[in-house]
Amino acid sequence: MEKRTPLYEAHVAAGGKIVPFAGYELPVEYPTGLMKEHEAVRTACGLFDVSHMGEVTFEGETALATLNHLMTNDFTNQPHGKCRYSALCYEDGGMVDDLIVYRRDDERFLVVVNAANKDKDVAWMRDHLLPGTVMEDISDDVAQIALQGPAAPAILAKLADESALPTGYYTFTEHVDVAGHDCLVSRTGYTGEDGFELYCAPSDARAVWDALLEVGADEGLVPCGLGARDTLRLEAAMPLYGHEMDETVDPLEAGLGFAVKMGKDEFIGRDAIAAKGEPARERVGLEVTGRGIVREHEPVYKGDEQVGQTTSGTYCPHLKKACAMALVRAGSLSVGDEVEVEVRGRRVAARVIPLPFYKRAK
Amino acid sequence: MNIPENLSYTESHEWCLIEDGVATIGLTDYAQNELGDIVFVNLTEVGDAVEAGESFADVESVKAVSEVISPVNGTVSEVNEELLDNPALVNEGCYDAWLIRVEGAEIGMDVMDAAAYEAHCA
Repeated sequence: MEKRTPLYEAHVAAGGKIVPFAGYELPVEYPTGLMKEHEAVRTACGLFDVSHMGEVTFEGETALATLNHLMTNDFTNQPHGKCRYSALCYEDGGMVDDLIVYRRDDERFLVVVNAANKDKDVAWMRDHLLPGTVMEDISDDVAQIALQGPAAPAILAKLADESALPTGYYTFTEHVDVAGHDCLVSRTGYTGEDGFELYCAPSDARAVWDALLEVGADEGLVPCGLGARDTLRLEAAMPLYGHEMDETVDPLEAGLGFAVKMGKDEFIGRDAIAAKGEPARERVGLEVTGRGIVREHEPVYKGDEQVGQTTSGTYCPHLKKACAMALVRAGSLSVGDEVEVEVRGRRVAARVIPLPFYKRAK
Repeated sequence: MNIPENLSYTESHEWCLIEDGVATIGLTDYAQNELGDIVFVNLTEVGDAVEAGESFADVESVKAVSEVISPVNGTVSEVNEELLDNPALVNEGCYDAWLIRVEGAEIGMDVMDAAAYEAHCA
């Protein structure tokens, strides 16, 4: 039996098409349709219920040391009020999950993890805590709403004191009053656009959601489902656990080297990653030049040689072409190479292009 | 949901109209709504034989790919080439945006009338 987020009734009332996802009943799209929802985020603003995401707190004298032990990134110099992306690895370097660490003060951190991995992550992290760290899974006590798109700052400023909102990408502010409700607001997201993620009490979520939709209507704000969330992240070439990475892929292969600090004294998986040397595989971008859509787990051929397989693929609504990401043998493909992807027994032509497929104008 | 009275329907959500031995086949309102925004239509070619119960086209939306099943046996006499360039026409008007026409058409599988199909979709 799937769980419902505090916004379930709002999704149903708005005509959302509800599907099971990561143990929750969530809207895949609204009557607006995925394509228009996607474009709204690129040109105006979209509102997403991401309450399924997991939230875990780490507190105590050794909380920082625990995170540095568990995760590939280095949080030592992370300022208070900043977010930092990281991988979480097994001893063999394969990935448990990817996540974002929010530093609240010297000894208090909030970690946001993927919904589908939450139970696995919590069990793994609990088994590897250092003495003096208290970890708590607060996922059921937190609702999360993502406001994404170029109009997001103007919309949120209608409900909150503009000077209280985080300005820098990957920063956050606690206890922001949003339409009278206490929210943690971060300048983060999973769409490739500017925007915010708001964390609040489940009992406040509906009021915050409704208030945002009301004041955002003039700016073109529409509620968006999981479908647009996936096409937006793929167009922006943001990796998704279970696709671009999993327990068989290490973070360097997944292209997450920026979040792997091999210079740290140690972290779980470091020795295995170091022992492998240069990554054997790499993530590349493909645009489909033939007809149709390339999706996940489809073999990629350069001539007769299979060099890897796709990890995600879809039609990119803003770019108006089908694109895919693929994990291939390192060095086997270069930008501009013509390849073929086998789709339901048929070879479809594609070309290697740079990642990300879409990057917003700054 | 729009289910015109004059058409025949399949369990897999195709509609079919046979006039003077020529069948016109398309996707129902239910099908286009379930698929969502359609971005590619791959059709069989004029002159190809179609068999009842067999696929003659792929329709791809952002979310999914779906095969389209022919309810009739016969030979393809026309394909709606407009859909190759503008597949969203199926979303905009699925009973106007037919996929193929088949000559010498004979129904070769169980089909439903509008009332039965409406019950099937419920």
